[in-house]
Amino acid sequence: MASKSKEIKGVDSHDEHEHHVENFWTKYVFSMDHKMIGKQFLVTGMIMGVIGVFMSMLFRLQLAWPNEKFVILESILGKWAPEGQMDPNIYLALVTIHGTIMVFFVLTAGLSGTFSNLLIPLQIGARDMASGFLNMLSYWFFASSSIVMVVSLFVETGPASGGWTVYPPLSALPQAMPGSGAGMTLWLVSMTLFIAGSLLGSLNYIVTIINLRTKGMSMTRLPLTIWAFFVTAVLGVLSFPVLLSAALLLMFDRLLGTSFYLSDIMVAGELLHNEGGSPVLYEHLFWFLGHPEVYIILLPALGITSEVIATNSRKPIFGYRAMIGSILAIAFLSFIVWGHHMFITGMNPFLGSVFTFTTLLIAIPSAVKAFNYITTLWKGNIQFTPAMLFSIGLVSTFVAGGLTGIILGDSALDINVHDTYFVVAHFHIVMGLSAIFGMFAGVYHWFPKMYRRMMNKTLGYFHFWLTFVSAYGVFFPMHFTGLAGLPRRYYSNAEFPMFDEIQDINVIITVFAIFGGLAQLIFLFNFFYSMWRGPVAPKNPWRSNTLEWTTPVEHIHGNWDGEIPTVHRWPYDYSKPGHDEDFVPQSTPRLKDEPGH
Amino acid sequence: MTGLLLAIVLFLLILAAAQIMRIYELSLKASNKKEYIVTHRNNSNQGRLMLLFGISLLVSFVWMVNAWSPLFLPKPSSAHGLEIDMLWDISMGLIVVTFFIVQPILFFFAYKYRGKEGQKATYYEHNNKLEFIWTIVPAVVLAVLIVYGMTTWSNVWNPDNEEEPLIVEVYAQQFKWTVRYSGTDNTLGNANVRLIKGVNVIGVDTLDPASQDDIITSELHLPLGKPIKFVFRAQDVIHSAYMPHFRAQMNCVPGAQTSFKFTPTITTEEIRMDPDVIAKVGRINKIRREAGKDLYEYDYLLLCNKVCGSAHYNMQMPLIVETEAEYAQWLSEQKTVKESI
Repeated sequence: MASKSKEIKGVDSHDEHEHHVENFWTKYVFSMDHKMIGKQFLVTGMIMGVIGVFMSMLFRLQLAWPNEKFVILESILGKWAPEGQMDPNIYLALVTIHGTIMVFFVLTAGLSGTFSNLLIPLQIGARDMASGFLNMLSYWFFASSSIVMVVSLFVETGPASGGWTVYPPLSALPQAMPGSGAGMTLWLVSMTLFIAGSLLGSLNYIVTIINLRTKGMSMTRLPLTIWAFFVTAVLGVLSFPVLLSAALLLMFDRLLGTSFYLSDIMVAGELLHNEGGSPVLYEHLFWFLGHPEVYIILLPALGITSEVIATNSRKPIFGYRAMIGSILAIAFLSFIVWGHHMFITGMNPFLGSVFTFTTLLIAIPSAVKAFNYITTLWKGNIQFTPAMLFSIGLVSTFVAGGLTGIILGDSALDINVHDTYFVVAHFHIVMGLSAIFGMFAGVYHWFPKMYRRMMNKTLGYFHFWLTFVSAYGVFFPMHFTGLAGLPRRYYSNAEFPMFDEIQDINVIITVFAIFGGLAQLIFLFNFFYSMWRGPVAPKNPWRSNTLEWTTPVEHIHGNWDGEIPTVHRWPYDYSKPGHDEDFVPQSTPRLKDEPGH
Repeated sequence: MTGLLLAIVLFLLILAAAQIMRIYELSLKASNKKEYIVTHRNNSNQGRLMLLFGISLLVSFVWMVNAWSPLFLPKPSSAHGLEIDMLWDISMGLIVVTFFIVQPILFFFAYKYRGKEGQKATYYEHNNKLEFIWTIVPAVVLAVLIVYGMTTWSNVWNPDNEEEPLIVEVYAQQFKWTVRYSGTDNTLGNANVRLIKGVNVIGVDTLDPASQDDIITSELHLPLGKPIKFVFRAQDVIHSAYMPHFRAQMNCVPGAQTSFKFTPTITTEEIRMDPDVIAKVGRINKIRREAGKDLYEYDYLLLCNKVCGSAHYNMQMPLIVETEAEYAQWLSEQKTVKESI
């Protein structure tokens, strides 16, 4: 246990921080403390999340009532919605920026940035990240990329609008659509900054986890959260540079007249000089990041869930080693499946078979994870904290969305549903909902660690149920519109009588979307209210085993005021026979002849 | 002005909510309760809600399938489409069964093992046999699906005993489709965007002997029962030629040629007589009549399914499948490249 005696101080080099005089700027803005940086990521991610979700409510309005005029749209979108009738260009811009923001800014930086920063040092028993300075840089790259992305919303020709994947030539040619003008340049600038920040962060996480674990914290005693963050960081380091090169080459094509992705093009009556490039090259580069990206988003959420489900079932996570194994298997496979996004791009059909094979293999470790979660609940003593509810919600959406992946990963079946709403339903459920549920679970669970106060449980319950019901209400019906053949990214389907009869479904989806979006206000209120006024948190409110709950409630530089605790056991000794309490913290010495890890 | 008022109202609402919260928390404080602690009652209620949600999820799933499956695309009108649909049905069957097994277990466990006072959880950290089972069972099922899927995919690309396919070019540009038939020699002449000039809208090389008999049209007619090899080109950005009724789709990529093959098996006339299609058209026309719109007649369609710009949502072309005689008749009425340029 952390000793309070003062003599031990000074053993660790990080102690010098304690003598720094903190002012407002070094404490809240250019902080190098991992806890503060985690909170910075969270709040920035939440602001971006509000923008992203709000955008989805706007374009859902258009999809449900394509020919209605909404005065409110004009007051929000200005010239892009004359008399309240949304312009097709801004519709495409909204879906593009919604996707970009949610995938990168909320679910990559907001999720992984927040919890990797907050939890890695606390759960492995380190005073801070390996490099506090890199960590600060990582946040400020992310913050500047967020600012550039938000600024891009206000340029004359509108923000990027070629879909979040920004395939060239559409994204390379300002003549092809207004959104490919200055907005697209800013999009690329923003993503470049984003990737730089993400790489700095990831390197830091990897180095910290490898080098700074406390005594006794072997790799097989790490909480699954840390395993997930570790593998996520490795995925990021290996795949984000590829997106960076894709973005740079696209920038060259746009600004310097190169032909990496362009060949034989006549656009808006103008013949371009470009020859020899291939847009399919961009698709390969993009999806080489794009698919691991799915797991960069999902793994931290699964890690958080493992922790929350074990703690609140008051049981060890079932099959700890199998869980680690499946994280590693998923991560490895995620690098060799990117082609399943490209079955119908004209890629050699033989490759289609290869990618079908590798893609469907991912279902095996995913199934193991799902079954292990469910078995963890079995014969538990489940404490329904809001975090636990969101974690169970995650298991449900992970299963529901993962199953349709078996369809979409099959090249022959993909032909007819590629780029339809069936795909939209699939990835929103398996990646969007699961990850956002994981993020909510994390916020509810570690809020006391972040803000020293407790969030309101009752509001949390309302938030969960409204969100859960409307999430399924939005995305389940989309499978059906997809199977009716409705392509995604259509501004309106009124031009196709064959889609007239699915308009009712579109209305249902929109109603749920607005309802679900508004339900997030409960969360925002609870978050900010509790941050200022919530009841003061006890040291270990969830009676959890991991090391972060041995730190004092008040934040201090260096995390523990005495020695860093030594670890004697794995993190999942819940309800272990031979102990009086139903939890045994990792820092508790082993009893004589005690079995287990 | 309304904006300002709205902001004030919003601010006051937040303030009111915060005050209510404050009163609520003070009342708890008075009775010395800690709101964040999950009580026995909380667990019972939330556990029951979990069960209720699980049941509602399954019930609404069944309801949706009942109410909305008639809206699906009708049966495929191509030879390979039948194979794809067969694989689809089997895969879908499997995942629906899995869904109906796993989801109820999840929500039932959440209900059954809800926290109770004085209850202690069972320390159960792993079981190699169980874990082995649920690694092997999915692996076997997926192995079957993988082999079946790969076979189907390969059949789509290389159908057995096929006669020489008819070559048809589909040309995409913002925001319309153009079709070029290869004529009597069944060979498309060379083409490139650099040759686009005046009436030569898709850049056909008029000096190439193979292009003399090519026929450029703005309608897509296909002969029944004849394998068609589509060749796709795009002029400006990536488009995707989506022919959902034939279970066919391929991207059209600028600077490259892509292709896809299928054999249409049902004429437009026949599909309009299909009972499912008649019912569908009936429902759609009921909606259209109420909205005062033109009545709808069923057609096969070619849609753009890769975002290509502002009018992407309306980049479409009807596709007509007719008997070989009708097709030959229609084609003979069209002008060849030689005649029109």
